[in-house]
Amino acid sequence: MAPRVGVVQFPGSNCELDALEAVRLLGGDAEILWHGDATVAGVDAVIVPGGFAHGDYLRPGAIARFSPVMTSVMEFAESGGPVVGICNGFQVLTEAGMLPGALQKNRGLKFLCTTVELRVDSTDSVLTSEADLGAVLRVPINHFEGNYTCSPETLAELQANEQIVLRYVTNPNGSVDDIAGICNAGRNVVGLMPHPERAVSDLLGSQDGVPLLRSLLLGATASA
Amino acid sequence: MCDDGRMLFSVLVEVSLREGVADPQGATIERSLPHLGFDGVRGVRVGKSIRFDLEAADEASARAEVADLCQRFLTNPVIEDATITVTEGAHR
Repeated sequence: MAPRVGVVQFPGSNCELDALEAVRLLGGDAEILWHGDATVAGVDAVIVPGGFAHGDYLRPGAIARFSPVMTSVMEFAESGGPVVGICNGFQVLTEAGMLPGALQKNRGLKFLCTTVELRVDSTDSVLTSEADLGAVLRVPINHFEGNYTCSPETLAELQANEQIVLRYVTNPNGSVDDIAGICNAGRNVVGLMPHPERAVSDLLGSQDGVPLLRSLLLGATASA
Repeated sequence: MCDDGRMLFSVLVEVSLREGVADPQGATIERSLPHLGFDGVRGVRVGKSIRFDLEAADEASARAEVADLCQRFLTNPVIEDATITVTEGAHR
């Protein structure tokens, strides 16, 4: 049976359809989880997609974390379910305390919309298990607040536990330690600024997001 | 004083980036000032201010509630600090 992936939709999300499409392309079942419903509807994995949830008012993710669905997403993650936050979804997961640190405005104050190279620095996470360690992936970024920051203690912990799963080859936004994506201690929650769902076909300029999303589908199958 | 005996306070929350957190907006403003003929400006930091009126039993409980609100919602404690001003009476 194909794994079921739920893609959260907040008012202001704008990458949820891309995520649905990418999951289906890779053979998964995908459905929308409306932010106002306090359930993850029995799915096997959750994607918190990109966009501008609740208009990014106050701070990106600050209001979205209080949406009813997030309580269920947190419970799902605590029970080991795979959860991936992409771009705005990463910001939501940090605001919700599901991942450490915070994302601040890009160094240079420019909105960045380009394709970057990512290096896979750990394959021990729900989003990177099927990627090759050290592989360089070309994946688009599309953000203004993607400059990852955290306390020195948190950074040391992330490094020691190899929770920094993806790093930028050339740092575009000022993120500490070139961080593009991290996972939690349980390795079932991953947040990243780049958009793997926009790199699943040569028509989109790159297929390098495929191993990442395939990892998630495999994790979803295992959790089903 | 409200009808039910509770008091009304005006609250000002000033949110600023914590010391040591880079402030690219502040830096950009500071860099541009000399071009406009403003010399000698240093230490520009950009934040935001949030104001509201709050009903509470007394000033101490008003302050406690605002502190909680700041910690859980109005600031991201990883990168931001809040300076809280509470005064009796509503904002005008």
